[in-house]
Amino acid sequence: MAVVTVDGKDIEIGATERLNCIEVARRAGVEIPHYCWHPGLSVVASCRMCLIETGTRDPATGKVTMMPKLVPGCQTPAKDGTVIVTESALVKESRARVEEALLIDHPIDCPICDKAGECLLQDYHFEHGQAERRADIHAFHSRRRDVGPTVTLFVDRCIMCTRCVRFAREVSGTSELMVINRGAKEEIDVFPGFPLDNKLSGNVVDLCPVGALGDKDFLYQQRVWFLKREANVCGGCATGCSITTEHNQDSVYRLKPRENPHVNKWWMCDDGRYGWHHLHDSSRLLAAEHRSAAGSTRQTIEWPDVVTRLRDDLKGAGSLAVAVSPMLTLEEAWMLCAVARSIDPQAFLAVGHVPTRGADESFPGGFTIRAEKCPNRLGVEAVVSLFDQPLHSWNDLLEHVRAGRTTAAWITAGHPEPWIDAATAATFADLKCLVVQDLFDSPLAQLATWRLPAAGFAERAGTWVNAGHRAQSFEQAIRAPAGVWPEGRLFWNMLGRRGLYDPVAVRQQIAESSATLAALAGEMPATGVDLRLQQLAGA
Amino acid sequence: MPPFTPVLLEAVGIPNGHTLASYRSRGGYAPLEQILREKQPVDVVEMVKASGLRGRGGAGFSTGLKWSFLPKDHPGPIYLCINADESEPGTFNNRILMEDDPHQVIEGIILAAYATRATTAYLYLRYEYPQSWERLQGAIDEAYAAGYLGSAIKGSSFSLNLYLHKGAAAYICGEETGLIESLEGKRAWPRIKPPFPAVEGLFRKPTVVNNIETMACVAQIARRGIDWFRSIGVPADPANPRDPGSYGPKLYCLSGHVERPGCYEAPLGITARQLINEYGGGVWKGRRAKAAIPGGISMGLLTEAELDTPLDFAGPGRVGCLGLGTAAVVVIDETVSIVDFLHNSCRFFAHESCGQCTPCREGTAWSLRMLERIKAGKGRLKDLELLAEIGNTMGMMPGSTICGLADGAAWPIKNAIKKFRGEFEDYIKTTNPTGWMVTDPVPALQIVGAH
Repeated sequence: MAVVTVDGKDIEIGATERLNCIEVARRAGVEIPHYCWHPGLSVVASCRMCLIETGTRDPATGKVTMMPKLVPGCQTPAKDGTVIVTESALVKESRARVEEALLIDHPIDCPICDKAGECLLQDYHFEHGQAERRADIHAFHSRRRDVGPTVTLFVDRCIMCTRCVRFAREVSGTSELMVINRGAKEEIDVFPGFPLDNKLSGNVVDLCPVGALGDKDFLYQQRVWFLKREANVCGGCATGCSITTEHNQDSVYRLKPRENPHVNKWWMCDDGRYGWHHLHDSSRLLAAEHRSAAGSTRQTIEWPDVVTRLRDDLKGAGSLAVAVSPMLTLEEAWMLCAVARSIDPQAFLAVGHVPTRGADESFPGGFTIRAEKCPNRLGVEAVVSLFDQPLHSWNDLLEHVRAGRTTAAWITAGHPEPWIDAATAATFADLKCLVVQDLFDSPLAQLATWRLPAAGFAERAGTWVNAGHRAQSFEQAIRAPAGVWPEGRLFWNMLGRRGLYDPVAVRQQIAESSATLAALAGEMPATGVDLRLQQLAGA
Repeated sequence: MPPFTPVLLEAVGIPNGHTLASYRSRGGYAPLEQILREKQPVDVVEMVKASGLRGRGGAGFSTGLKWSFLPKDHPGPIYLCINADESEPGTFNNRILMEDDPHQVIEGIILAAYATRATTAYLYLRYEYPQSWERLQGAIDEAYAAGYLGSAIKGSSFSLNLYLHKGAAAYICGEETGLIESLEGKRAWPRIKPPFPAVEGLFRKPTVVNNIETMACVAQIARRGIDWFRSIGVPADPANPRDPGSYGPKLYCLSGHVERPGCYEAPLGITARQLINEYGGGVWKGRRAKAAIPGGISMGLLTEAELDTPLDFAGPGRVGCLGLGTAAVVVIDETVSIVDFLHNSCRFFAHESCGQCTPCREGTAWSLRMLERIKAGKGRLKDLELLAEIGNTMGMMPGSTICGLADGAAWPIKNAIKKFRGEFEDYIKTTNPTGWMVTDPVPALQIVGAH
C-alpha cells in the first residue's frame, strides 16, 4: 500500500495504481485546476494550470524533501512517499498568473458565449484568478471558423489546451484538427477541404474547457444554467452509452456522455448525441386510438379506457402473438409478457424487430458504434425466455402469423426510424385484432385496430442491457408528450397494479424470479452491473 | 594577435580546406581509423568523459556523461542527432565549421556514433544555411566514397548512415526534443521530460542530441588527446564540487559594435573585454561599450563594468546572466537605447515561442506589446514591475514551462531591467511626461503585434 500526502492529509492508494497528482488529490478531496489534462487523452502538460509543489518523504526518517520548482500535477506520478502541496503561496500565485495569461487574448464575451456557466476559464478565474486586469491588450472579437458539419470554432476564445487535437488523433483516429501558426498567434484549424467530419466529432465540444468549440446543434438554444440533468442511457445502438440528458420544461436540448469506464469511457457518438430530435418531432403519435372495424375511422380513446377495453378486445380475439420490442426496458418487457400471458396463457411471445444498419464501427480509442440500432435486445431476450421457450425472433412471429396460428397480435416497436414496409405489414392484415405501439405512423400502424403511441428513450424509466451484457438502470428524464402513456405505465395498469408505475419494484420482482437476472436486485450502481460476470460469479 | 593557434578553425583560410584531401593531409580521419581498429565504444565514452568536454550547444552538459545515460545493452536502434539548427541570435560558429571544415564535424559524428552504438545519425541543419548544406552534403558524399560512412567502416564491424536533414527555420527546433519532434515530421513542440531522449527520443528509441562544435571537439580530442584538451581552459573550482570545469578551445562569435566582428577560437575563460579588444579590435568608432550579450541573446546582458567576466561555463552566471550559452558575444555601444534592445529581444522571442506552454506563449507576446507601448510613449513606471514579474516567473527554472526557451526570453528582460533600470525610467519619464506615474489598470491598446 502506497501513501501519498496531499496538503498534509495521508491518502492510501493501491500499490499497482498508476495515478498522477491530480487524480490522487481528487481522492483527498482537493481539486487541482487543469485545462489540458484529460484522463482519456495523452499528457502534454502545456497549460501549466496544474502546477503544484511536490516532495518526497524519506521512509526511514520521515523527512520531507521538497522539489525546488513547481511541477505539473498531470505529469507527475504519485508514488509512495510523494508529498503534494496545492495551496502554498507559490502555487496560488502561479495559478493566478496562468489565469491572467489565458485571459490576455480572450475576448471575455461570456454574455454571448454558450459555455458561460460551465466554463473552466470562468470558474478558475473566480477561484484562482486576479481581480484586476493588468494586460494592455485589446483582444480580437468573435472570429468564427467553421471546422465541420457539427462544430464551430470561436477562434479567439481558445486557450490552446489542444484537447480537441489530441482527441482527433488518439480517440477518433481521424486527425482532422491541428494547430497552425506559432506563439500567441496559434490557432486550431483543419486542413482546407478536410473538415472535422467523423462520427465522434461532437466529443471535442465536451472536451473544450472553454467556449471555443461550439456545438452547432446546441448553439444559442439554451443557457446552460436553465438545463436540468438526468442520468440516462443512450438508446441509439446496442453500445448503450451512459449519457446525461439535459433538458428544460420537458424539452431535450442536448445529450452529453456520462463517464462510464465499462461502456463508453468519456465519449459518445454523434448518431447518439444528435439522435434525440425525434422526441420532439411533430409527426409523433400522440393519442391512443381505436377503430371498431376495418376501414372505419379511428376514435381517440382515453387511457383508462384503453386499460380495460384493450384487454377485453384481445381476450375476445382468441389466440395472441406479441412482439416485445428491444427498445423496451427490461421492466416493460417483463410486464408486457405478464400482461400477454394473463390474456392468453398460451400467448406466442417473440423478440420484436431488431433494427440493424451497416457493420460495427470501432475507433482507435476503443469506442464502438454497434450496427444493432436498439439498446436492449439482450435484455428483452432474457425476459422473453423466462416466459416462452424456445426464444422466438421477429421472423418466427411473422411465420407464426402467416401460418394463421394466431388471431390477434400486439406489436411493440418504438423505433425512431421507419422499420417496416407495407409488404411485411400486410402479414398482419387479416387479424381480428392488431395492437401497434410505436413512435410514428407506419404501414403497420395503418392496419392497427389499436394504434397506441410509444415513449421515446428519455421518457422511459427502467433498465437496458447492452451488447456487453451490462445492465444500466435509469430514470425518466422528461415527461412524454401529453396524450402519451409510456409503455410501462400502460402495462402496470393493465396488470392491475396500484399507484404510479414503479420500475424499481418490477426490477426486484424480475431479479427474484430469475437466477440469470438475479444481479438486478438491489441498488444499481451508476455505471451498471455486468450480468454475465454476476452469473459466472454465482456459478 | 593573441598567442592561441586555432585548432577547430585550422582549415579556415586554407584553399579547399573543406575537402577530404585537405582534411586528411592535416591528420584527419587517422584517429578514427585507429580507434575503430583498436578501441571499444566504451573507451571512446571514457576518453570524452576524461577530457571534460562539455556540450557546446548552450547548456554545457558533460558530453561523455550524456552518452553514458543511454540504456546499457539496448537492442537498438539508438539514434544520434546532430543539432545544427543554429538559431540563437548572434551565433554562427557551427556555420563556420560546417562550411570550412565539414570533415572535422563528420569525423566527430562517426566517433560519437561509435561511442553511443548508433548506426543512424541525423544532422539537423537550419534552413538558412544553403552553403553549409552544399559543403556538408559534398563532404558526406566524399566520406561515403572513401568508406568512412556506410557499412563496415574501414574494415571494422561498425556501420553508420548519416542523413542530412534541412529544417524549416524555427528557433524551437534547436531545443533537443523539439528537434526530435521535427525530425519525426511533427510540429516542433518540445516534449515533456521524463522520459529523457537518452531513454526515449527519436522514434521512441534512445537518442543522443549533440551540437556541431561538440562533434568537432570530439574529433580533436581523438587526434590530440585528453591532456591537450585539458591543458586549455579553466579547471574545475575545487571549492565547488558541482563545477566540472571548462576545458578546451571555444569558438566565440563576436558581433555587434566592434571593429572586427567574426568567429574567433580562444581558450575557454577568456574575458569578454579581452575578446572585444584583442580579437575584435575594440568597440567601433572609438565608442564605449554600453553592454554585451555574453552568449546569445537568451543569456542576458553584461554591463560595461562586467565585461571582465571570464567567458567560461560558470563565468556569466556569476554576474546574473543565464550562462555561457553559445558564446556569441554581441557588443552594444553607448549610443544604443536599452529599451530598443529589449524591444528587439522580446520581438524575437514572441515570434519564436512555440506556443505550447501558457506562460511562455502569453508572456513573450505580452512583454513585446508592453515594450511597444513604452516605445510609443505610453509607458509607465509600473510596467517595469510587470515586466520584471514576467521575467522572473516564466521559464523552465521556476517550473512554469516545458523547455528553456522561456528562460531565454526571460533573461534579457530580467537583466535589462535590473541592470539598466535607470535608463528605462528616464525613457518612460521623458516620453510620457504626463502619464508615467499612473498606476491604474492600463487601457487596452489597439495595436497589432510583430507581423
